[in-house]
Amino acid sequence: MNQTVIPIHPAPSQAPAQPPSPQATPTGAMLRTMGLVSTICGLIIVGAYQSTLGAVAANKKIALERAVFKVIPAAKTIAEFVALPGGEVKEKVGAGETAAGALTFYAAYDGSGQLAGIAAEGGAKGYADTVRIMYGYSPTCACIVGLGVVSMRETPGIGDKIITDKAFLANFVSLDAKLNGELKALANEIKTVKHGAKTNAWQIDAISGATITSRAVGKAINESAQSLLPRLVPNLDKLKKS
Amino acid sequence: MSTIAAAPRTWDEFMEGIWKQNPVFVMVLGMCPTLAVTVSGVNALSMGVATSFVLVCSCALVSLMRSFTPKEVRIAVYIVIIATFVTVVDYAIQAISLALYDALGAFIQLIVVNCIILGRAEAHASKNAPVPAMINAAGMGVGFTIGLLALGVVREIFGAGTLFGVSLFSANFQPWVIMVLPPGGFFVLGSWLLLFSWWARRKEAQQNA
Repeated sequence: MNQTVIPIHPAPSQAPAQPPSPQATPTGAMLRTMGLVSTICGLIIVGAYQSTLGAVAANKKIALERAVFKVIPAAKTIAEFVALPGGEVKEKVGAGETAAGALTFYAAYDGSGQLAGIAAEGGAKGYADTVRIMYGYSPTCACIVGLGVVSMRETPGIGDKIITDKAFLANFVSLDAKLNGELKALANEIKTVKHGAKTNAWQIDAISGATITSRAVGKAINESAQSLLPRLVPNLDKLKKS
Repeated sequence: MSTIAAAPRTWDEFMEGIWKQNPVFVMVLGMCPTLAVTVSGVNALSMGVATSFVLVCSCALVSLMRSFTPKEVRIAVYIVIIATFVTVVDYAIQAISLALYDALGAFIQLIVVNCIILGRAEAHASKNAPVPAMINAAGMGVGFTIGLLALGVVREIFGAGTLFGVSLFSANFQPWVIMVLPPGGFFVLGSWLLLFSWWARRKEAQQNA
């Protein structure tokens, strides 16, 4: 009777274990279809990428210029720079990777080619998500002279007042951002204070009802300025157009 | 298929997605973009057009490949095809407007997993010739766009007091902020579903009477 026992595992000699379907698909057919689909799709994707490359780059440039011109209204042209951790500042060449710890900022020039100001981005956690801002810095007054929002997902009608609220934006007409004696950090930390409690030129008066978003703006500027300005200020000459 | 019967059949195919099997209001598919991006009419329209483009193109390609797509690898093939056209749309939107690209956010890439598209590929395009498949897909796309617009327009009017960016009310209008927040999406979708099901029931009652 032992001979009639059906083995649970098929013997190795029965290796071509095709499923018992009426016509099994040969491996070659599956590979051929997948290969063909991948080739067609690859061509479509590369074609789409190549044909939109110019327009996308132009759009990004326009968006960046718009953001910089908003915080430095006198600006006519911009140049991208990097501030390296060692304190060195140099113009960014090409679209390659930046060195570790390098900070990117934009030097804006007015119509006659004079340095009109510096724009840099910062970000801090707001109410819903990171609030990313761009601020303008004027070397002549050592102060923040403009604020723009790069991206945010704050509550519409509440947190997004940081774009429209005139009283809040008035904080960024000449917000003190002087460095201390050793040029290592800001002389006074830029800080958002409760609505109506602003007493010093380096404080930001929060929007009543949108304190968390206002604080995020202050924190974003402070963090970015604390790390960027000590590298930037001793090197201002390098930004002058040769 | 005779040419005489073709005309009404194509029209029916097209209308199927718009009315009888509307992806948003009847099948309640693709709810993720439906609720997330419909804060304004422009966003809703762009999302609808982008999804329709992916739908029509991928259904056309799936249908062309149908006779030599082994059923064992069909899902992989469909997903590769759908992902391809989503990538194309992604680049196209970046080239058209970065502001729109930021407003739609991750939901452009998420068109890949929109069940309306994979559903069409599997249920219709894989069994039909390219032209009927594209017509059916276009109907679904238009139906989806109408669904998104129905939400987007209502939410924009109440939530921002504008329609496609044009201000509708006087300055005294206080926007209903909740309409542009996530709960507003559920309220508006629920109201539309209520309206359509009331309509369907009334029609049924009239037919029975």
